[in-house]
Amino acid sequence: MIQLTHLQKLEAESIHIFREVAAECENPVFLYSIGKDSAVLLHLALKAFYPSKPPFPLLHVDTTWKFKEMIEFRDQRVKDLDLELLVHINQEGVDAGVNPFDSGSRVHTDVMKTQGLKQALDKYKFDAAFGGARRDEEKSRAKERVFSLRSPEHRWDPKNQRPEPWRLYNTRKRPGESFRVFPLSNWTEADVWDYIAKENIPVVPLYFAKERPVVRRDGSLIMRDDERMKLLPGETVENLSVRFRTLGCYPLTGAVESKAATLPEIIAEMRNSTSSEREGRIIDHDGSASMEQKKQEGYF
Amino acid sequence: MGQAVAAADFTLLPDAAAQAAPALQISEKVLLRFITCGSVDDGKSTLIGRLLYDSSMIADDQLEALDRDSKKFGTQGGNLDFALLVDGLAAEREQGITIDVAYRYFKTDRRAFIVADTPGHEQYTRNMATGASTADLAVILVDARKGILAQTRRHSFIVSMLGVRDVVVAINKMDLVDYSESRFNEIVAAYREMAQGLNFRSIMPLPISALAGDNIIALSDNTPWFQGAPLLSYLETIDASGAELAEAAFRFPVQWVNRPNLDFRGFSGWVASGAIEVGAAVASMPSGRTSRVKRIVTYNADLPGATAGQSVTLVLEDEIDASRGDVFVAADQLPLVGTRANARLLWTAETNMHPGASYIAKLGARTANVNIDKLHHLVDIHTFEQTPARALGLNEIGLASLSFDRPMILGDYRDNRDLGGFILIDRITNETVAFGLIDLQAVVSAPAQEAVDTATQAAAQARAELTQKLREKLPPAVASGALVGFGAVLFGASPATGVLLGLADAALRPLAQALYADYQVKAAQRAAAREEARIEALSDGDGI
Repeated sequence: MIQLTHLQKLEAESIHIFREVAAECENPVFLYSIGKDSAVLLHLALKAFYPSKPPFPLLHVDTTWKFKEMIEFRDQRVKDLDLELLVHINQEGVDAGVNPFDSGSRVHTDVMKTQGLKQALDKYKFDAAFGGARRDEEKSRAKERVFSLRSPEHRWDPKNQRPEPWRLYNTRKRPGESFRVFPLSNWTEADVWDYIAKENIPVVPLYFAKERPVVRRDGSLIMRDDERMKLLPGETVENLSVRFRTLGCYPLTGAVESKAATLPEIIAEMRNSTSSEREGRIIDHDGSASMEQKKQEGYF
Repeated sequence: MGQAVAAADFTLLPDAAAQAAPALQISEKVLLRFITCGSVDDGKSTLIGRLLYDSSMIADDQLEALDRDSKKFGTQGGNLDFALLVDGLAAEREQGITIDVAYRYFKTDRRAFIVADTPGHEQYTRNMATGASTADLAVILVDARKGILAQTRRHSFIVSMLGVRDVVVAINKMDLVDYSESRFNEIVAAYREMAQGLNFRSIMPLPISALAGDNIIALSDNTPWFQGAPLLSYLETIDASGAELAEAAFRFPVQWVNRPNLDFRGFSGWVASGAIEVGAAVASMPSGRTSRVKRIVTYNADLPGATAGQSVTLVLEDEIDASRGDVFVAADQLPLVGTRANARLLWTAETNMHPGASYIAKLGARTANVNIDKLHHLVDIHTFEQTPARALGLNEIGLASLSFDRPMILGDYRDNRDLGGFILIDRITNETVAFGLIDLQAVVSAPAQEAVDTATQAAAQARAELTQKLREKLPPAVASGALVGFGAVLFGASPATGVLLGLADAALRPLAQALYADYQVKAAQRAAAREEARIEALSDGDGI
């Protein structure tokens, strides 16, 4: 008798979810956000359909404020794997001059990320979009289904979710409705890192500690990734050994001081950590139910 | 490759470990999924919060948020209210109750756990059933002051029905009954008495206080009379091997035909039960065509074997025609294949089900139209008694006879959740209206209101006999025509007409199709009427 480990079970479950979507949805897309969860998700997509290529394109909703290293990594990865990548930028937002500094994190995220995502999904008429969200990340995510039905306006209705027993997913929907599908629902941050190590999955170097130019602002360490970040009076750029636990728009992503420069060191550091990974995410702190609210409005 | 497959063969990692630093310790553990059931005030969210807290799964920033929330919404007079860690929806926090099933994750040195925290209210029974559907074990909370309540019976019945075999009866709030041993024993005796009719393999009673932390992580000095293990140790040691499933007959639902080019044709799916090796003889059901396994393909490497729970891609020796929804099985252990079955239904929709209605069924990777021929009885989830009924309403459980419009690969739910569990979907609203559990052992007795259902029953019988006869005597194309005839029966023609239509189908296909289309229109009209009724009910303010 072979006893599967929890990582093997999680992997099998995620692969199963990918295949259900490929079999039952007409026009799926893979929401690629370049971070570690996307890296694992992409790896699982490769596994689910091997020796075929994943039967859907990748989509990156670029807010134009991602770390440069993320974009380099994205382009290299897509080239190495010979996959189709669609990049969407909310041009209206760019034209209106929306940015994280002047517009604030809430408006920036809504316009460049949420609205940008909706534009892209509408433009290509995708009816299912894979995302790397995990239920352990945040309380309202803990209650979201693996197949999360969205209205034609992309709204999530937490009070009217379909029950999802066993591994049976009801993939029926009306015209205009779509699914967000979360194959990593049951993974934890620790599982993600263990799996990255086990499967030797490439991740953006920003996860590994290195001396980087950072500014202390509102209690966070913000890496000054380009000149668009103006220094406020009294601020100086320090070179500190830092790394990132999550990756997003650089002005909204706090670094942690760390010397963990290798995978084993990261995993060891995480096991001893006393803060959650989303602590560095500035958008989550707008109030306890703020993620639920954003999700209702169409945020991933 | 030998007969026995070594454990190392299943490692999904050919070379990554070699490249990684030697200090790397990947944490791979045995997974236990469990569900906590209890009612509003039984303290189940508190218990999960306590498990997370005591196993250090709560980060500092989450603790700070918890502290803030405890002061704002808390029910513990400003002390940390662990329930707020798990009640994530705004409505839940405001009302102080769990509405939806929430999944939580924690690890100890020995195991990884997935906890389904489910609501106790009767109106959220379907959410509890969802949590139970994938659980290996249930922790049923009982308030030591109140003892076994109606809800305890309900929770126990549901987890038993959904296939949970091991339960922990956590008798909570022992601090409020002065840690009384006699009170504990009294409740345990009552529970064992109540659970006699249920399908549990083990029942482990524990005296705990989730709030105070007694017997959760460590044995408590407050209960020196208790000789068992604390909750966490018990969860770490109970059998979670899934050995029964792995040793059962091989079953592999095909999800997706993998065809990257003309040289490769694989069948991607998951091993629902049993194990398979390269060279083994398999049959594709329902066609019954046989072949042998040529390759077991995964991204990392081909495997010599695969076991229950794994997602793989099978390549067969012969070009056989199989598609999504077919099931590969061990050629010497064929499953039951048929279009009729009895099943327990847990109704999850606001609109009632009346016998005669038709739905979409999803079982494994297979989708079919299904008709509810007969509702034999309801099961009272408090008394476990069977009562005759004409309809099945939200959160009710009943035994029904079903006819599918294509052959289904059927397993008894008790043996295999993947081959015995299905959902019913309303074809108009797309709602998931029921969880179904195939019951091959059901003894169907004739209930009192038989006259009401005679027509449906007669139709089903006629169809079954006809199908049988046709299968024996006529080519398959004609036999399938019988199913079209059955459609005619449903919209009011006599069973005899249905039979005739079936027989005539080969010659009169256009007519039969027209009749069938008429039947579909009528079914759609019925569903639209149901939807209208539902919308009316909703506008009365019956929201959730």
